[in-house]
Amino acid sequence: MEKVMQNDLSKIADIIARNPKEPGSLIAVLQDIQKEFHYLPCEALMETARVLGVPMSKVFSVSTFYNAFSLTPRGETIVRICQGTACHIKGGKLIQEQIESALNIKAGETTPDMKFTIEIVNCVGACAMAPVIIVNNDYHGNVKCDKVKNYLDGK
Amino acid sequence: MRIESAKHLQQLQGEYSADLNRFPQKVLVCCGPGCLANGSEKIFNEFKKILSAKKIQGITVEALKKTGCHGFCAQGPLVVIEPQGIFYTRVQVKSVAEIIEKTLAGKEVIPRLLYVSPENGRKIENYKEIPFYSNQMRISLRNVGKIDPENIRDYIALGGYQALAKALTTMQPQQVIDEVNKSGIRGRGGAGFPTGRKWDTCRKAESDIRYVICNGDEGDPGAFMDRCIMEGDPHSILEGMIICAYAIGSTSGYIYVREEYPLAVINLQKAVEAAREYSLLGENILDSKLDFDIKINRGGGAFVCGESSALMKSVAGDVGEPRAKYIRSVIKGLHDKPTVLNNVETLATIPVIMNNGSDAFASIGTKKSAGTKAFSLAGKIKNTGLIEVPMGTTLRKIIFDIGGGIPNKRQFKAVQTGGPSGGCLPESKLDLPVDFDTLTEAGSMMGSGGMIIMDDRTCMVDVAKYFLNFLVYESCGKCVPCREGLYQLYTLCNNITEGNGKEGDLELMENLSQNIQIGSLCGLGQSGPNPFLSTLMYFREEYETHIREKKCPAGVCRSLITYEITDDCTGCLACIKVCPVSAITGQKKKKHFLNQQICDRCGSCYDVCQFNAIIIK
Repeated sequence: MEKVMQNDLSKIADIIARNPKEPGSLIAVLQDIQKEFHYLPCEALMETARVLGVPMSKVFSVSTFYNAFSLTPRGETIVRICQGTACHIKGGKLIQEQIESALNIKAGETTPDMKFTIEIVNCVGACAMAPVIIVNNDYHGNVKCDKVKNYLDGK
Repeated sequence: MRIESAKHLQQLQGEYSADLNRFPQKVLVCCGPGCLANGSEKIFNEFKKILSAKKIQGITVEALKKTGCHGFCAQGPLVVIEPQGIFYTRVQVKSVAEIIEKTLAGKEVIPRLLYVSPENGRKIENYKEIPFYSNQMRISLRNVGKIDPENIRDYIALGGYQALAKALTTMQPQQVIDEVNKSGIRGRGGAGFPTGRKWDTCRKAESDIRYVICNGDEGDPGAFMDRCIMEGDPHSILEGMIICAYAIGSTSGYIYVREEYPLAVINLQKAVEAAREYSLLGENILDSKLDFDIKINRGGGAFVCGESSALMKSVAGDVGEPRAKYIRSVIKGLHDKPTVLNNVETLATIPVIMNNGSDAFASIGTKKSAGTKAFSLAGKIKNTGLIEVPMGTTLRKIIFDIGGGIPNKRQFKAVQTGGPSGGCLPESKLDLPVDFDTLTEAGSMMGSGGMIIMDDRTCMVDVAKYFLNFLVYESCGKCVPCREGLYQLYTLCNNITEGNGKEGDLELMENLSQNIQIGSLCGLGQSGPNPFLSTLMYFREEYETHIREKKCPAGVCRSLITYEITDDCTGCLACIKVCPVSAITGQKKKKHFLNQQICDRCGSCYDVCQFNAIIIK
């Protein structure tokens, strides 16, 4: 795993300080750290445990329970593929396979050059446009499997 | 701006409504999830650019509104011109200048952008005449798509917070509860527990602190009603929560919203800040001595957190594991204090009950399920989108009259309701009225309102497998029947789809299902086998064909089908480009060849072929 830099440490401290110093802030703090780094660095977990006064075991348990958190670094571009019911019956699986083969990684993995990560989400609530993929924050609806590569290129 | 009293609020309503209506025309650009995915943000920005540059017929950029979901997602991006109600569909950025020039300036309708009736090809100008809208009745969605959700003045102008003022100044807390009770409203999250009774028990529970929580963790895949309310009309939820706080005697509330809905989080946050600024949250609200404030919690993407006790643990910063409910959360909920947990749609409906009275609400819908219900329509249906109808409306009316039926001339096969806790209902059940009790009797449930429509190209065994896989992944793992039982159920179902099903499997699965239902701790496990049981109840033959003949009649289960290229192939190369395993070879304008040894039967080629030259066997 990459080593966290000194200025990252101060960023982590800032993020923790933005929230009330109480055990109840745990999820909110981890969400903010995840948002900043796209994953939860080990140092951040330890610092969070120390400042909020929660055992490290609980920090670990919370960060592995919720889907929103990742303990491994993510790529620059996060490709999220919706696998809600509507997306499933409208061929979401095909879209997933096309993206996996285009990027040569499986869902949940990151490309070796740290450019792309594929994530599966259960439903993003845009079912009317199924199947849906989200590249970073851009939603793409009614995705056709022969057009997938265009979305990855940012077109 | 501090609103001092109910009278002051009334005066402001007059001012804001005059302000809102000072333009001869208004432009409403839908920025709901569907339209946004189709680029409506760019359309809004184009309108903004042109209208900021010059005034047209007395219309400035302030007459332009970015609204929540209009509902008719299939036709998006949508633009509505009020007061005429002109409904423009599939609007593109390049059409914006034309709309401004012809419709706003010249009062001329652009026929090309109007909705075309699929029945007679007639172009319909006013959205109220389109069957999709004319068959609806909007209560919880009353403002969604009509107001700018980021602007509290819009909400106040349309009578927002008047229900709160009425409750605070003319009613005692117990009267509020009685009114909610008499309206007959039941929880819209799916369980259908009477809201008034919930409030009453909480009020009577002995405690110094009580909490109000809004459940915005809309986890059912295929449901997006709550999302649209949170994004499109957040103040109606706040108003419902403040009324609840007054009724039960609470000073502190939480909104638990999914992180997968970033716009909902932003709009709710803005709404809470605006309400604080207007002193509708905080101390001494409308000079009534009521103190109440709301905090927003973002969920962490765990389906089980939609369950009440798990949600409360998550609000407290813990792992969202449910607890056994010997003592209900209205007695011992968040931080072990009495807590009312209501769904988004329920809370958004409360102000209407206060304003119009319980009798008016109770007169809508059926005897045991009063009022209206919002549904999201998705899957193999023409008019995908968001609707609201009186309870008791039949499935047929929803799917065929409002939803427009099944696209591509295919046959209706089933409708899935109630998410992973619900089930699939076949054609023979289409005339059932949709309410809390009828669908449960039929082996499904109304649930929170997601409806996924399936055609004859959907395999019901595959659908059951999909839901079981979902539930295995989302089970929190606390109790064994759910954690291990659902996994075994999934494995057996998966075997069937792979052609490894045996005689006796279905009976074993039924038996296992019963044990999971009886032995699980929370609703996730107790209702977990429902998708399997309901598909088995109505589509047993399909399971048997998979097991005995090793065939998938719908052509979905990969191990049981093969694809073949027919002589209709024109040699367009489209399938070759899309095949992820390079199983198809051929030259331009010559019939292509599919190598069965390499093909992994993903169906990408079938999906892209425009000449129906690929068939499933």
